[in-house]
Amino acid sequence: MLKEFFSSRKYIIFTGIFIGISAAFLQKLGNPANMGVCVACMVRDIAGALGLHRAEVVQYIRPEIIGFVLGSLIAALMFKEFKPRAGSAPLIRFVLGFLAMIGALVFLGCPWRTLLRLAGGDGNALFGLVGLVVGIWIGIFFIKVGYNLGRNQKTYPMVGWIMPVIMAGLFLLLIFRPQLPSGVVFFSSKGPGAQHAPVLIALVITLAIGFFAQRTRFCTVGAIRDVILIKDTYLFTGVISLLLAALVSNLILKQFHPGFQGQPIAHTNQLWNFGGMVLAGLAFTLAGGCPGRQLFLSGEGDADAAVFVLGMIAGAGFAHNFATASSSEGPGLWGPASVIVGLIICLIIGFSMSDLRQRRKET
Amino acid sequence: MNQRIDTRGLSCPLPVVAVRNKLLEMKKGILEVLVDTGTSKDNITRMATNTDWKVEVKEEGEEYLLTISK
Repeated sequence: MLKEFFSSRKYIIFTGIFIGISAAFLQKLGNPANMGVCVACMVRDIAGALGLHRAEVVQYIRPEIIGFVLGSLIAALMFKEFKPRAGSAPLIRFVLGFLAMIGALVFLGCPWRTLLRLAGGDGNALFGLVGLVVGIWIGIFFIKVGYNLGRNQKTYPMVGWIMPVIMAGLFLLLIFRPQLPSGVVFFSSKGPGAQHAPVLIALVITLAIGFFAQRTRFCTVGAIRDVILIKDTYLFTGVISLLLAALVSNLILKQFHPGFQGQPIAHTNQLWNFGGMVLAGLAFTLAGGCPGRQLFLSGEGDADAAVFVLGMIAGAGFAHNFATASSSEGPGLWGPASVIVGLIICLIIGFSMSDLRQRRKET
Repeated sequence: MNQRIDTRGLSCPLPVVAVRNKLLEMKKGILEVLVDTGTSKDNITRMATNTDWKVEVKEEGEEYLLTISK
């Protein structure tokens, strides 16, 4: 009975509203502006804290990411959906996670933050949103011509536990903050990395988000994909609920500042706001879901989704070390080039892992 | 003999897309679908019900057998 309750439309709307309000409040409680929850930014901060990049202003172990995975784990265990599985082209998923992060950091946000930036009045996010839709649309083209990363296999329980254990380890690093000779664990003393809500509040809220999202299958990329591909608006109602709830909360909390110039952690180069999200949208669609969804899947034992998340962490390190990530001044030195190369790689993946390749061989 | 699709191990959204294509092609009849995740079970059930097919779900251990008919 409870199972049906969670898969009803009411609860995807509830989940969207819960995430929207939570994000606005987490900003009020200290998280960076329009970044109450952002999977890309927060994974990037974790990569920085671990010393995988040295951008001093974005280093912090974000408990939100930990909460997402562990909340999903709790829901999956409670409802007998913890199903360890692996083996569906893991290396391709790593590459897709890597490239999705490159694209997201050119725009400066994942699909979740795209919505939160819009809800905060950031007009630049409109270009990111259009890019996201275009990227998803290209991904749908490949799905329609038989794109398939292959079947996964049931595997040993311990494989499914690896990601939750990594998250528990990160939590220990966050609480005990060991200082090693290399300087890790890094915690920003200024910039967005130094802005954060109290750890326990952020953890509890995101445990709840992880729980609800696992039950309702909340996915921002799936939302747009399903409307176009199978004319299903279930996930889309959740995303719209998130946007409206965040917008109303921001208006109440006086966090709504409409405009294009001087928006927090954003730039006004619209071509690359658009381009970055085309890449991210395509990579997420080829991998089967938005970065939040990948975290929730990794919490319920999907090791391929976990590999995607590890790809995102590696991509975040690369993005800052190789100057592909944007700043509020605009795209990084290698940002545009990295988007173009990333798109080419995604197109090759889409082409070579679909029926198109087969058809070409036959002709 | 009923038609059958095995979606086990396929990642989202391939199971629901495969079933949808098959249902569009069949127009009526009975289709059995083997599913191994709650997500695919929910997606397929929602899609089929929305397009006026009847869905029966049977849990078989860690998997589900969906019988879709019209």
